[in-house]
Amino acid sequence: MSSEPSQIRRDQAQESAPLLDVRDIVVQFGGLRALDHASLGVREGTITGLIGPNGAGKTTLFNVIAGYYEPRVGRVFLDGQDITALPPHRIFERGLCRTFQIPREHASMSVLENLMLVPSGQLGEGLFNSLFRPWRVREQEHEIEERAEGVLQFVELSHLKHEYAGNLSGGQKKLLELARTLMAEPKIVLLDEPGAGVNPALMERLVENIVHLNRERGTTFLIIEHDMDMIMRLCDPVIVMSQGRYLMEGPPEAVRNDPRVLEAYLGGQYAAAEG
Amino acid sequence: MTQVVVIKGLMLGVSLALILPILLPPGRPWRVPGGIAAGLVLGFGLALALPAGYLSYVISFLVMAGIFVLLALGLNTQWGYNGHLNFGVAGFFAVGAFTSALFTIEAPTGIAAQYTQVVFGLEMPFLVGVGAAAVVSGVIAFIVAVPVLRLRLDFLAIATIGIAEIIRLIFQNERWLANGPQPLRGIPQPGRCLFQSVPCDWLPEWAHWIVEPLGTRDYLAFYLVIVALFVAGTYLVLERACRSPWGRKLRAVRDEEASAAMNGKRVTQVRVQSFVVGAVIMGIAGALYAHRMVAIDYSHFHALFATFLVWIMLMLGGSGNNRGAILGAVVVWAVWSGSAFLAHALDPVLGSIHAELAGRAQYIRWLLVALLLAAVVLYRPQGLLREELRVSRYLKRWPSGR
Repeated sequence: MSSEPSQIRRDQAQESAPLLDVRDIVVQFGGLRALDHASLGVREGTITGLIGPNGAGKTTLFNVIAGYYEPRVGRVFLDGQDITALPPHRIFERGLCRTFQIPREHASMSVLENLMLVPSGQLGEGLFNSLFRPWRVREQEHEIEERAEGVLQFVELSHLKHEYAGNLSGGQKKLLELARTLMAEPKIVLLDEPGAGVNPALMERLVENIVHLNRERGTTFLIIEHDMDMIMRLCDPVIVMSQGRYLMEGPPEAVRNDPRVLEAYLGGQYAAAEG
Repeated sequence: MTQVVVIKGLMLGVSLALILPILLPPGRPWRVPGGIAAGLVLGFGLALALPAGYLSYVISFLVMAGIFVLLALGLNTQWGYNGHLNFGVAGFFAVGAFTSALFTIEAPTGIAAQYTQVVFGLEMPFLVGVGAAAVVSGVIAFIVAVPVLRLRLDFLAIATIGIAEIIRLIFQNERWLANGPQPLRGIPQPGRCLFQSVPCDWLPEWAHWIVEPLGTRDYLAFYLVIVALFVAGTYLVLERACRSPWGRKLRAVRDEEASAAMNGKRVTQVRVQSFVVGAVIMGIAGALYAHRMVAIDYSHFHALFATFLVWIMLMLGGSGNNRGAILGAVVVWAVWSGSAFLAHALDPVLGSIHAELAGRAQYIRWLLVALLLAAVVLYRPQGLLREELRVSRYLKRWPSGR
């Protein structure tokens, strides 16, 4: 089995152009180069894992993709279109959703309205319409409410719909984040450590939901995760980053046993001792 | 004169009938009719029971309270709903006041022009003046918002307090604009002619007997009705806008900007919108203040009086709750006005301790207001009426009591 990264990448290119294509990104924070010519591709319909030791630049890469940071060099393509450094709301409109490592719910609002916030193109979001066309706004609000109820049922948070989002537990907030991406029906979802701080039962539901969405709706996922169990169960392929660069990519088993990955995580001498 | 009492009672009653339904607890069927009835009864009752001097004081108190209610509502749109730490309320208040004054005032001619300089005096009707105040205040807010709203919280507070000071200093120093450090006098009052010995031209002959016994000192009761109309109208507009997806968007950005952006909300646009809407309301408040005072100058627009008092009103009433903003404004204005009597009573006491202390009794008012603020922050940080969980009024199946 050839696990040459260049080989795999070439194979992918032959199959189809990736849905999300990140090319040669450089991000510099002062003297620190967080991303150093990082390139990777996420194929449509996959649940792709993104792993790497702390400081490898995973979250920074998410921030670049989602439009929070402007890269010094490099471009990001979504579905063949250049989305580099577009403002976040424009990238969202193109069908890309992200969640945050630490959930960022709208704490003062109910769980239900956290979801109802998401759909774009709401008439009532305009000052004019909310003042002068309330009947249209009411109609649309009812539709959105129905949808939100459906999504809440799907993630099994219905019983909490009138609770302050800020009062949810850490795991429930993660589910809420996932539910919010469901309201948007995006092409690709970027999840930043969805499993961190989630108890096993909730984790199970989270994994089920992700798999379900991937199979039923064909939603593509790119997931940063440290929990190797979750990665093994969910992701194929897995991309490894190290020191701001793309290191390798392959099926989870291959990645786990690759000496370069061990070296990246443990440092050179340990990998040598094991190998 | 009983006719005067009846007319004043009617005006006071109508004003209270406009405001009370707002303050009564929502969600009850008797709210609106009950509020109107209570307002009318209270108005007439006060007019009949109180001696003329006290009645005038109550009316004058309510007029100023109403103007501060508008300021608090404007600030609530900015801070309560969208989290702008705007310490520049006084600036937009001043812009509104001077704009409306310049639009309605008569440009001085002849010898008077040497004493009063104005950039223009358009002699427009009152409502045009108020509209102009709203527009100019909104435009200035927009111009300011583009650079300043890049800042957040305390940095925004510093920037806005600076802008309010700049605006005040412009009105203090630029003589050509609005008579510089001298007061700008002769701001017309709407419907004042009704209270003069020769009533307005437009009033039909048969109606003259109604206004016949009214004197100019009764005018403020009529102005109270105008202020109450503006308060009720602003409240209705704001509630409709804020209890809709628009308000939800504002609150979402306030709570968590990054994730609102990631949900496709244009954060900058949202923030500018709420800032401008708030400033428009502050501009209207300024206009009403100018026509109430007849003569205004820069010294009315100091930050302590026109910014921080408003902040305390909103904090006490409840940020994020328009009814709270109204309640807070009335309560704090009552404390502020009431403490004037206290300070006055303390004058001789302090004077007997030391001659210099007598003149300083007024500062006790700030002490009281500051203590009130400290008490609010410590014991009831959410305010008298806390923000409601529910944003959109279009939700179905909302459990009662949440």
